[in-house]
Amino acid sequence: MSSALVAPPESKHPVEPRVNYLNATYGVKSWLLTRDHKRIALLYLASITFFFFLGGLFALLIRLELLTPAGDLVQSQTYNKLFTMHGVIMVFFFLIPSIPAVLGNFLIPMMIGAKDLAFPRLNLLSWYIYMVGATFTLWAVVHGGVDTGWTFYTPYSTASSNTHVIATAVGIFITGFSSILTGLNFIVTIHTMRAPGLTWFRLPLFVWSHYATSLIFVLATPVIAVTLLMVAVERLFHLGIFDPRLGGDPILFQHLFWFYSHPAVYIMVLPAMGVVSELVTTFSRKNIFGYKFVAFASIGIAVLGFLVWGHHMFVSGQSVYAGMIFSLLSFLVAIPSAVKVFNWTATMYKGSISYRTPMLYAFGFIGLFTIGGLTGLFLATLGVDVHVHDTYFIVAHFHYIMVGGAIMGYLGGIHYWWPKISGKLYPEAWARFAALVIFLGFNLTFFPQFILGYLGMPRRYHAYPPEFQVLNVMSTAGASILGAGYLMPMVYLVWSMRYGKAAPANPWGSTGLEWDTPSPPPTENFAVTPVVTDEPYHYSPGEVEIVG
Amino acid sequence: MDQGFPLFPQQASSMAPRVDNLYFYLLAVSFFFATLIALSVIYFAIRYRRRSESETPPGVEGSLKLEVAWTVIPLLITLTFFFWGTKLFFAMNRPPTDALEISIVGKQWMWKIQHADGQREINELHVPVGRAVRLTMTSEDVIHDFFVPAFRMKKDVVPGRYATAWFEATRPGRYHVFCAQYCGTKHSAMTGWVEVMDPLAFQNWLAGGTGSESLASAGAKLFALHACNTCHRPDSLARGPNLEGLFGKTVKLQDGRTLVADENYIRESIVAPNAKLVAGFQPIMPTFQGLISEEGLLQLVAYIKSLSKAGPSPAGIPPPVKESAPEREAPK
Repeated sequence: MSSALVAPPESKHPVEPRVNYLNATYGVKSWLLTRDHKRIALLYLASITFFFFLGGLFALLIRLELLTPAGDLVQSQTYNKLFTMHGVIMVFFFLIPSIPAVLGNFLIPMMIGAKDLAFPRLNLLSWYIYMVGATFTLWAVVHGGVDTGWTFYTPYSTASSNTHVIATAVGIFITGFSSILTGLNFIVTIHTMRAPGLTWFRLPLFVWSHYATSLIFVLATPVIAVTLLMVAVERLFHLGIFDPRLGGDPILFQHLFWFYSHPAVYIMVLPAMGVVSELVTTFSRKNIFGYKFVAFASIGIAVLGFLVWGHHMFVSGQSVYAGMIFSLLSFLVAIPSAVKVFNWTATMYKGSISYRTPMLYAFGFIGLFTIGGLTGLFLATLGVDVHVHDTYFIVAHFHYIMVGGAIMGYLGGIHYWWPKISGKLYPEAWARFAALVIFLGFNLTFFPQFILGYLGMPRRYHAYPPEFQVLNVMSTAGASILGAGYLMPMVYLVWSMRYGKAAPANPWGSTGLEWDTPSPPPTENFAVTPVVTDEPYHYSPGEVEIVG
Repeated sequence: MDQGFPLFPQQASSMAPRVDNLYFYLLAVSFFFATLIALSVIYFAIRYRRRSESETPPGVEGSLKLEVAWTVIPLLITLTFFFWGTKLFFAMNRPPTDALEISIVGKQWMWKIQHADGQREINELHVPVGRAVRLTMTSEDVIHDFFVPAFRMKKDVVPGRYATAWFEATRPGRYHVFCAQYCGTKHSAMTGWVEVMDPLAFQNWLAGGTGSESLASAGAKLFALHACNTCHRPDSLARGPNLEGLFGKTVKLQDGRTLVADENYIRESIVAPNAKLVAGFQPIMPTFQGLISEEGLLQLVAYIKSLSKAGPSPAGIPPPVKESAPEREAPK
C-alpha cells in the first residue's frame, strides 16, 4: 500500500490536474520530509495498514491452530508468540494510532478551518518516533518474537520468559511518545486554531472525541512507558519491583499496566464514536440528537475511564472492597457509552437515511458496540466476572469493542473520507458487499466465543478439550470470511486511486468544513479561512421540531 | 466426560446455580436492550429511508427528558447488577469456617495438591460431595490461576502469598481444572481434574493412600529440622514469639500496628522475618526464603495452625535438638 500511496499521480492523463496536496510536490523526499498533516496522515495510513495485515496474519494462524483440539499446527511456544504478537501489533501499532493518527491527523485541521496542526514538525516527528518504535518491535518479531501476552504480566515477563521482552517493550515505550506528541498537538490545535465563529459547541463531534482521546494520550501513556521501563530494569538488573523472590509485588504491575491499558481501550473506541457521529448525521441528513450529551459523554468516558482499571483484577487477590468500588465505577463508565448509542439511534428519527457504505459501517458499529458494551456489564458484575474472567468470553467482549467497534468505525471513516483523501470515489457496490461480508464474518468469528467462554474455555490455550471443537470451528470459519472481507477494501481502494471516478468536493452533501474545500484539498486546505456561523450538522435550516 | 457439543457448562457446586441465575438476569436485560436498539435502528432506517436525493428532513431538537430517562434508567438497572454481583462475590470470598482444608501449589506446569491428612496428588483433586472445601494456594514461580468452570470458581495463584478460594461440590463427577492465567509455554497443558466423590468413597480414597503423615505433623518435623524451636519456645529462653495459640490472634507489631495472624502473615514471617516484626523482639531471625519449599511452608503453616486448635495440641513445640542450626546464612 505504501508504494502505491506515495507514487506521484500519473502524468499520462492529458487533463491538467488542479494543484492539490498530493501533486503539489513530487518525490520520496517530499513525502518523508513533509509537514503537511494530510501527507503525514497518509504516511501513518500506509504504516498502520502494514501492521494491520501483519497482525491479521498472526490471527489467522491462531485460528487455524484452534481448528482442532490438539496443538498440532504449531508448537506451544510458537502459538504463545503468535497471540502475543497479534495483541502487541494490533493494540499498539494499529488500533491506538488508527483513527487519531490517520483520520484525526487528516481531518482535525480541516474540520476547524485551519491550515495545519499547531506543530507540523512535531507531527512529522510523531510518525518517525512511531516508525522507530515499530522497528524495535519488528526486530523482536523477526528474531524469534515474544511470548508474554500483550499484557506482559510479571513475574512471567521479568523472571521466566526467555524471549525478546525488552526489545518489544522498548518498541512500545518509544511508540508511546508518538501518541503523547499527537495528543499534545491535537489539544493545542483544537484550543488555539479554530476558525472565526467556531465555538466549542459548534465543533464537530469527531473533534470532541479526539479531544477526549488526546487527554488520555497525554495523561495515560507515560504510565505504560514507566511500567515497561520497570519491567526492563527488573529483567536486566534483577531489581526487585514485581518479582516476589526479589521482594517485589507482582500485582503492582497489574495496577500500573491497567492504569494505562484500560484508558487505552477508550483511546481505541472514542475516535470511532466520533466517526460514527459524523456518519449518522451525514447519512440521516440530520442534526445530532443531544449534541452536548454526546460531546460530554466523550469527556465523561475519558475521565471515568481512568478510575476503573481494577476491574481487570477481580480474581487477582486485590481486596474485595477494592473490587466492589471498581465494579461500581465500571458500571458508571458504561452509562455515557449507552447515552451515545441512544442519541445516535434518535438522530435517525425522521431523518433521510441513505444506505451508502459508510452508513452501513455505522449500523454495524452501533450493533456490535452495543453487544460489546452490554457484555462488558457481565464483566463489571463481580460474581459473574469470577467465572468468565480470562476465558473466551473476555476475548469475544473486547473484540466486539475493538474490532466490532473501533475497526468498523475506522473503515466507515476511511470510506466516508476516501473521496476527500484520494480525490476518487470508491466502487459503491463492492464496498457495500465488503461491509456485509465483514459484518457477517465478524459475528461468526466472535459470537461463538461468548458461548465458549461461559463454558469455561480459557484464553491463550494452544490446545483445548474436544467438547469445545464445534464452536472453535465456527469461529475459525468466521475468521476466514472476516479476513477475505478485510482484503476487499484494500484491493478496491487502491484500485480506485487510479481508476476511480473523480470525486466532487462534497459527494455526500455534508455540512462539515472539510467538505467546503476541493477533493483532494490543496496543501493549505482552504484558500480563504472560513467563517463559521452555524451550529454543526445544520442540515435543515429554520425548521426544528421538538420531541419528547 | 461429555464429548458432545455442550452450550452451557455443568452446574456442580453450590455457587454454580447462583452465578447462573445472575448470568441469566444479565442476559435477559442485555437481550432486551440489544433488541430495542436493533429494532429502532432497523425501523428508522426503513421508515425514514431516503426517497429522493434532494429531500431535507426537518431538524429535531434534542430532548432533556429523553436524555435524563436514558441516563437514569440504565444506571438504576446496572445498580441491580452491582448489588447482586457484589453479594455473590462476598459469598465467594467468605469460606465457611468448618471447611475441609486443602492446599495447592502451582508451578510451571502442574498443580501439586496436599490434603490435610497427608494425601498428595498431582493435577487431580479428590473432594467429597456436599462438604465445603477451602483451598489455600500459592505458586512456586509465576502467576497461575485455579479455574474450575463447573464450580464457577476461579482464583489467581500468585507467588509470594496465599490465595484462598472455596467451593462446595454438589454433584459427583469429574470436572475440568484449567490454569486460567497465562503462565508460559505449556500453559494450556496445566490442566487437571476435580473428582467429586460420595463422602464414603472419599473416606476410602483418603484411607487407601500412601499412608503419609498429616500436613501438621510433617510441619512439626520441618519445624524441628530447621531448629525453629531453638527460639520459638514457650519457656523463658524464647528469643522469638511463642507460636502456641498464635494463629488467628491479634499481634502487636514493633511499629505499633496490629494485625491478625493468618496464613499469609505466617508465611511472610518465615521468608521475610523482618517485614513485620512483633513488638518486643529483636530482628535476629534469618530468612528461610529458598530453603523451604512452598509445600514445606504450607506444612509449617498447618503445624502452627494446629498449635492453636482447642484441647491438647497433637504436637506441642518440642524442645530443641540441635544447637548449631540457628546461625545460618541468608540465601543468595
